[in-house]
Amino acid sequence: MIVRLLGVGALVAAAAVFPAVAGAYPVKLLQEILVWGVFAMSLDLLLGYAGMVSFGHSAFFGIGGYVAALALKQSPHALSALVLPALVAALAALVIGFFSIRVSGVYFIMLTLAFSQMFYAYAFQVAWLGAEDGIIGVPRPRLLGLDLANRTVFHLYLVVLVALAALVLWRVVRSPFGHVLRGIQENEGRMEAVGYAVQRYKLLAFVIAGTVAGVAGSLYTQFVGSITPDAFFWTTSGEALLMVIIGGTGTLWGAVLGAAAFILLQSLVSSYTERWMLILGLTFILFVLFAPGGIVGALRGRVGRRA
Amino acid sequence: MSFVPDFFGQALNGLSYGVLLFLLSVGLTLIFGMLDVVNLAHGSFYMLGAYAGLATIAVTGNYWLAMLVAPVAVGGIGALLERACLRPLYRRSPLDQVLLTFGFIYLFEDLVKWIWGGRIRSIPPPEAFSGSVQFFGATVPSYRLFVIVFGLVMAVALWLLIERTRLGAIIRAGVFDAEMTAGVGVNIDLVFTGVFAFGAALGGLSGVIAGPIQSASPPMGAGILIPALIVVVVGGLGSLKGSLVGSLIIGQAETFGKAWLPGASMVIIYVVMALVVLLRPQGLFGRALK
Repeated sequence: MIVRLLGVGALVAAAAVFPAVAGAYPVKLLQEILVWGVFAMSLDLLLGYAGMVSFGHSAFFGIGGYVAALALKQSPHALSALVLPALVAALAALVIGFFSIRVSGVYFIMLTLAFSQMFYAYAFQVAWLGAEDGIIGVPRPRLLGLDLANRTVFHLYLVVLVALAALVLWRVVRSPFGHVLRGIQENEGRMEAVGYAVQRYKLLAFVIAGTVAGVAGSLYTQFVGSITPDAFFWTTSGEALLMVIIGGTGTLWGAVLGAAAFILLQSLVSSYTERWMLILGLTFILFVLFAPGGIVGALRGRVGRRA
Repeated sequence: MSFVPDFFGQALNGLSYGVLLFLLSVGLTLIFGMLDVVNLAHGSFYMLGAYAGLATIAVTGNYWLAMLVAPVAVGGIGALLERACLRPLYRRSPLDQVLLTFGFIYLFEDLVKWIWGGRIRSIPPPEAFSGSVQFFGATVPSYRLFVIVFGLVMAVALWLLIERTRLGAIIRAGVFDAEMTAGVGVNIDLVFTGVFAFGAALGGLSGVIAGPIQSASPPMGAGILIPALIVVVVGGLGSLKGSLVGSLIIGQAETFGKAWLPGASMVIIYVVMALVVLLRPQGLFGRALK
C-alpha cells in the first residue's frame, strides 16, 4: 500500500515537473494524455466496473466542453471552468441515465448512442453553439489569483485536477458502492435478489461517470481553446472505448495507460506514415483477439482473459 | 415549386434511400438474430461494395457486372472475417465481438483510402438509367426508380427465400435458437458463416447501388452505419419485416425532415429510435426480449 502510494505520488510529481525537462511538443502530448485519461477512466467506471457498455459517453464530454466554452467566454473563472460544466453534465447524465438504465445489453448501447447523436445533431445545426464550426477562441480562466494563460501554471493545474479526478474515481471503486457495482457486473439478477436496488446503483454510477466526463470535456476545451460538434460524435465515445480496452478494463489506471498508448502511437505513427487508422484498427483487433485484458492484463500475465 | 410535385419528389427520394437502408439492414439484422453479434463493420461492407463496384467499372466499364462482382467480393471478405476473427470469440462475451467489428471499421476505411485515395468518387449510373422521368409533375432520375423497383423485388425474393425454402427455414430456426438447430443435425458453423457472408454481400450490393446516388468515399461506411443500426432497432432485431418497415420509415423521416424541418432533421431519427427503445424495446416487429 505504502509502496503503491509512493509510486502514484512519484508519477504525479514526474508529470508535474515534466515541462522542466521536455520540450513544448512532448508536454502537449502529456497534457492530451491527461485529459483523455480522465475521460477514459470515467468510461471505465461504467464499462469495467458496472458492466454498462455506453456508446454515448461523448454526450457528457461534449456537454462539459460546450458549457465551459460558453461560460468562459462570459467570465473566465473557476466557476465557469469547472463547477458549471460538472453540474450540467451531472444533470444531463441523470436524465439520460434515468431512461437508458431501463434497458440493457445492445439496447443500452443503442440508446446511449442515440442520445449522444442527438446532441451532436443539435450542436451541429444551431447557431448559438456555432453550428459546425463550434466555439473558438475560448480564454483560459483565472483561478485563485493564478493566470492559467501561463503555460507552466496551466500544466500544474491540469496535473492537479487529473490527479484529483483519478483519486475520486479510485475512492468510488474501492468503496462499498464500487463493490456493489462489481457485483452487478458479475450477476445483476443475483444482486437484485439479495436486496440491492440495482437500478439506483446503476444510475448513480452513470451520473458519477457522466460528471467526470464533463470535467474532462471542460479540461479539453481549456486545453485546446475551442470545442466542435465532433466532441459529441459517436466516434469520440468509440475512441475512449478503444483506450479503455487497449489499456485494460476494470482497472482505472489501465484507462490512462490506454489513453497514453493511443495518443503516443497516434503521434508516432502519423510522423512516419499516413496509415494511422490502419495501424490503430489492427492494434485494436489484435488486442481484442489475443489480449482481452489489455496492457494491464498482459502485464499481469493474464493474456487471454479479461482482467 | 408547388406542393404536389415536391411531395412526390421527396417521397421517391425517401423511398430510394429507404430501399438502400433495407438491403443494408437485412444483413445486419440477420447477423444479429443468428450470431448475436452487432456487426459495427456492416457500414464498411457497404463502402467496400461501392469501391468494388468502382473497380469493376474501371476495368470493364460495365455497371451490371459491378452489381454482380461487388456482392461476391464483399461476401467473400465477410466469410473470411467470420471464420478467422469472429469464430474464436463466440465463447467470450458478446462485447468482445462488438469491439472486434469496431476495430474493422478503422481497418477497412484506411485500406480503401490507401488503395483508392481519400477523395469522393462518383459512380455513373448505367446507360439505360442515366436520364430522368416525369412523375406526378416531379422530375425524378430514372436511376432512382430502378433502385426502388430493384429493392422491392429483392425484398420479395428475400421474403420467399426465408419464409418458403428449406434454407430459409434453417436460418429462421437458427435465429430462434442456434443451439437447438445444431442439435437437430444442422451444420450450424456453416450456416453462421453463410449468413454472415450473405449479410455482407447484401451490404456490398447496397453500396454499389448507392454509388450513382451518393457517390463513394471512405467515410461513407461509418456514416451509413448509424441509420442502419437505427433501422434494425426500430424494426426489431432479427426481423426481416421489421427491417423493411423500419427502413421505409427512417428513409422517409430523414428525407422529409431534411426538406421540411432542416433545423431538426438530424435529430428526428434519433428521437424515433429512443422512443421505440423506451416504449417497445423489442422493436416494431421483434419478438419479446430473450
